[in-house]
Amino acid sequence: MDFFGDYTLRLVALGSAVLGATSGALGSFAYLRRQSLLGDAVSHAALPGIALAFLLTGSKAPLVLMVGAGLAGWIGTLVVRVVVGRSRVPYDSALGIVLSVFFGVGLVLLTFIQKQPNAAQAGLDSFLFGQAASLLRQDVVTMSVLATAALLILALLWKEFKLLSFDPEFASSLGLPIRRLDGLLTFLLVVAIVIGLQTVGVVLMSAMIVAPAAAARQWSRRLLPMVVLAALIGVFSGVAGSVMSSLVPRLPTGPTIVLVLSVVVVGSLMVAPRRGLVWRFLRLGRLLRAPDLDPVLMHLYALSLQHAGDPEHGHNTAVLRTMSPTGADVGAALEGLADRGLAQQTGDGLWAPTPIGRREAERVLEREAKS
Amino acid sequence: MQDAGGEWALEVEDLTVAYADQPVLWDVDLQVPSGVKMAIIGPNGAGKSTLVKAAMGLVRPVAGEVRIFGRPRSSAQGQIAYVPQRATLSWDFPTDVVDVVTMGTYGRLGWFHRSGAVQRQQAEEALEQVGMTAFLRRPIAELSGGQQQRVLLARALVQDAPINILDEPFQGVDAPTERAIIGVLNGLAEEGKTIIVVHHDLQTVPEYFDSVLLLNVRAIDAGPVSEVFTDENLRLTFGGRVGVLETREVEV
Repeated sequence: MDFFGDYTLRLVALGSAVLGATSGALGSFAYLRRQSLLGDAVSHAALPGIALAFLLTGSKAPLVLMVGAGLAGWIGTLVVRVVVGRSRVPYDSALGIVLSVFFGVGLVLLTFIQKQPNAAQAGLDSFLFGQAASLLRQDVVTMSVLATAALLILALLWKEFKLLSFDPEFASSLGLPIRRLDGLLTFLLVVAIVIGLQTVGVVLMSAMIVAPAAAARQWSRRLLPMVVLAALIGVFSGVAGSVMSSLVPRLPTGPTIVLVLSVVVVGSLMVAPRRGLVWRFLRLGRLLRAPDLDPVLMHLYALSLQHAGDPEHGHNTAVLRTMSPTGADVGAALEGLADRGLAQQTGDGLWAPTPIGRREAERVLEREAKS
Repeated sequence: MQDAGGEWALEVEDLTVAYADQPVLWDVDLQVPSGVKMAIIGPNGAGKSTLVKAAMGLVRPVAGEVRIFGRPRSSAQGQIAYVPQRATLSWDFPTDVVDVVTMGTYGRLGWFHRSGAVQRQQAEEALEQVGMTAFLRRPIAELSGGQQQRVLLARALVQDAPINILDEPFQGVDAPTERAIIGVLNGLAEEGKTIIVVHHDLQTVPEYFDSVLLLNVRAIDAGPVSEVFTDENLRLTFGGRVGVLETREVEV
C-alpha cells in the first residue's frame, strides 16, 4: 500500500495535521489560562448547533455545519460567563452545567433527525466520535482557511494575548481592552474546536485542546517554543493517527489520534528534563542517598564524652545505627566523615571521632544553641 | 509634572465600591499631591487593594470619580505604573525574567508591534536597578519571592510613569529585597515621581514614607506622616487593636 499515493489517506492526514496544529497552538493558551475544561464545554455545546444547522438548512455542507457548531459553542461560552457573573455558581460548575445541558439537547435533536424518513440525515451522528474517512476535499479546504485565519490573528496579537494570559490586571492597567481580547481568544478557541469536530468528534475534541499543550509545557521554558511545540505535537499525532488507522482495518481515526497524543503526554510527563517524573525521581533519589553526616558525627561525639579519659575509644557501628533514624545509611555517613577527617576507624566495626571531628561537633552545638 | 494640569497627581472623589452588595469602600475622598511617597494602611478588608484597583480602573465603582493630573482616568493612559500583589500572578507561566520586564514597554509599543533591541535594553537597565542582572534568562518559576517582587518592580520602572502604585511590595520578601525596593522608590521620589504603596507594617511607615492614608472602608485621615500618623488616628483606623499591640511590646 502506497501511503503518499493514497488520495483518501493524504486528505485525512492533511486535515488531521491542520486540526492538530490549530488546537495545539490555541489549546496552549487555554491550558495556561487554566481553561482546559472550557474546550470540553465548547465542543459538547457545539452538537446542538450542528443538528440545528442541518434542521434549518437541510444542508450538510461543511461550512454550514461549522457555522452552526461555532455559534452554539460561542453561545455556550457566553452562558458560562453570564452564569458566573450573575449567580454564585463557580466557574467549573458553570462549565459542567453548560456542557451537559447543551450536549443533552444535541443528543435529543440528533435522535429526532435520525427518525425522519429521509436519507439526507445519514452520517450526522458521526460528529459524536468523528469520522475522518468522511473528510472531503472541500472539508479540508474549509478547515485550512479557518485555521490559517485563526493562527494569523494569534500571531498578530501575540504580545497582547501573552499579557492577557500571564497578568490580565497588568494588561488592563496598560489600557488593553482585556474583555474584548478575552472574547477574541475564546472565539479563536471555538474556531479551533470547530475545525476538529468532523475528524475527532465532540466527545474527544477536548483532548486535542489540552493534551498537546500539557505535553509541550513539560519541555518548554518560554511561551513561543511551547506554542510551536504544542502545534507540532498536534500535527504529529494527527498524521500518525491517520496513518495507523489506515493500516489497521476498522481502527477509527479520531480515537487513534487521541491515543497517539496520550502516549506523547505520558512520555513527556515521565521523561521531560526538570519537570518530568523520572528526572524528579532521580534527583530525589540523589538527595535521599546522600548521607546526612552531622547527626552521626554528633552521636559519635556524644558517645566519646562518656569516655572522657579516652576520646579515641572505638564505638560499635551497631550502637550508632540504633541511635539513628531507621533507614539512614550510617555506614556511608561514617565513610563520608572519614573522608573529611572527622572520624576514624579504630577496629572492625569500631569508630571514634578525630580531634577535628570533636571540634566540628562542638561548633555545631554552639551554632544550634545560638539559633 | 504639575504642568500636566492640576496640583494633584491623583484625585479620588466620593468613591464607593461594593462586592455583592457589601460596601468595600464607602464615599472615599483622597487627594494625592504630586511627588509624595504615600502609604495606604488599614486593617485586613479595609479596601486598600480595592482603592488602588479602582484608581487603576481595574474594578468598577458604584459611584465616584478618579482624576489623574486633573484629567479623567480614562484619558490618562500611561500615567500610572502598577505593581500587583505578587501572589495574584501565575508564576508557573512559561516565561523568563527579561521577558516579564519587557512587558512594561507594551503600553508604549502599541498594537501589532513587537518588542525589539530597544525594549530589551530598557528592560535590562531596569533589572540592573533592582539588582537582578544575573537572572535575565531565568524562568520565573525558579525565582524566590524576593526575586519575583524585584522583577515586578523592574517591570514598573520600565514604564517610566509619573505615578507608581505598588500593592503590598514588602509582603513576604527578604530584608535585602526590602532595602533594594526602598532604595528604588527613594530614587523615583527624587525624580519627582509620585509613589503610592499599600503597606502593612506600621513600624516602618515614618521611615519609608512622607504621607499616609489611613483607610478602613472610609478614609479616616490623609496627609503628611508627621501630622496624620497619630495614635488617635491609628486607633480610629484599627479599632483599638493597635493599642493591644503597643502594650504587648512594652511588656517584652
